[in-house]
Amino acid sequence: MLSFDTMIMILTRYSSLFLEGIRLTLLLALVAVAFGTIFGTLLAIMKMCRFRALGVVATAYIEIFRGTPLLLQLYLFYFLVPSLVPWEPSKFTCVSVALVLNASAYVSEVIRAGIQAVDKGQTEAARGLGLNSFQTMYKVVLPQALSNILPALGNEFVTDIKETSLASTFFLGELMSAYRTINGATYITLEPLIIVGIIYFCLTFSLSKLIGLLERSLRHDS
Amino acid sequence: MILKVENLQKSFGKLKVLTDVNAEIHENEVISIIGTSGSGKSTFLRCLNLLEKPSGGKIWFHDTDLTAKGVDINQHRQKMGMVFQHFNVFPHMSVEENITMAPVLLKKKTKEEAHERAVQLLDRVGLLDKANTYPTQLSGGQKQRLAIVRALAMEPEVMLFDEPTSALDPEMVGEVLHVIKELINTGMTSVIVTHEMGFAREVSDRVFFMNEGILAEEGTPEQIFDDPQLPRLKEFLSKVL
Repeated sequence: MLSFDTMIMILTRYSSLFLEGIRLTLLLALVAVAFGTIFGTLLAIMKMCRFRALGVVATAYIEIFRGTPLLLQLYLFYFLVPSLVPWEPSKFTCVSVALVLNASAYVSEVIRAGIQAVDKGQTEAARGLGLNSFQTMYKVVLPQALSNILPALGNEFVTDIKETSLASTFFLGELMSAYRTINGATYITLEPLIIVGIIYFCLTFSLSKLIGLLERSLRHDS
Repeated sequence: MILKVENLQKSFGKLKVLTDVNAEIHENEVISIIGTSGSGKSTFLRCLNLLEKPSGGKIWFHDTDLTAKGVDINQHRQKMGMVFQHFNVFPHMSVEENITMAPVLLKKKTKEEAHERAVQLLDRVGLLDKANTYPTQLSGGQKQRLAIVRALAMEPEVMLFDEPTSALDPEMVGEVLHVIKELINTGMTSVIVTHEMGFAREVSDRVFFMNEGILAEEGTPEQIFDDPQLPRLKEFLSKVL
């Protein structure tokens, strides 16, 4: 049976594990979204540019990373990255690489969709005034696309918070690993799981609410 | 001569929209283009500043063939103002920024000059009190007036209007036509695709009737509206007048 006292006991005794778990979970998700945004932007540009070959490469990348399980990608890069770099990468690095590469694929679609959702008439009006395609993108299309893209990036961050739980496969120390450690030490299953679940929920729920606020304020601007 | 169109052709895939259009537009001239939907009149207009890339033929703007390789089309577009059916004002910029953005960015004017000109233009079209608001707070007619002065801020030599009143509620058509009329009275060379026959008749020096991708008939408003030659034009006019 679920015992409230046990939960309190675990929470107090392993609080540092949970705190470290929260820190690493947020850090992993942040790394994934931040670098994912950089590479995702590049992929989106490749996919929309004139040179068909670049578009094909970007499309292939996106389809492959979205079409295979993240857990598989984590395994793959966990074992692949150490053989690719001259130094001995940390577990954190290997897992981050997989998360970033995966997030890039999703974020690139977020960015592309955000840009393409801007009315074509906006581009025509800017080009009609004599702006070149770069100026049009920078002054007219991107500022409007941003209000589509930013909330979607926030949602990607929330998704990544949950997906970092897969990193517990390698005992990385994030929240789900905290559960596994406590479970291994105490043989208690339900209570630590519930606690970790509540923490995940608090993180994602409060972030989603923040994103909702951001979304509304962006819409108010325009 | 400010614009000259030679054997202009445009296809979208297999669909031929313009088959062979020839036309000349002179300085200070006002041209109205009429015709049924799908006759190619909007495509023709959009080819003039290469918003549609012609499939064949030449567009001469003064002494430059805009379709030639190596032409910096952006330079030439700065001298051709365009007004769209759906206004396409920039929703993320204030009314004044809509007007000043292009001249400042393209180094046509300093910030101060652009601001002064914007105030002048907004006053002219009765939007001065809206200078610091955003376009979402404007009616359709106000948006279109803004779009017109946005184009004027670049000091164009010719204005292209693509059905400027077709997306407006009926009670707002008048205010926009009034602004265009005032502009024409200053001697602005204008090409107007329109369904407003009364307006076309009143303001035009010449009227082009487009039909199935060709410039089927052209003439003074009196010739076109009072003495149409083609059966197809007679039929069209009987339906719209």
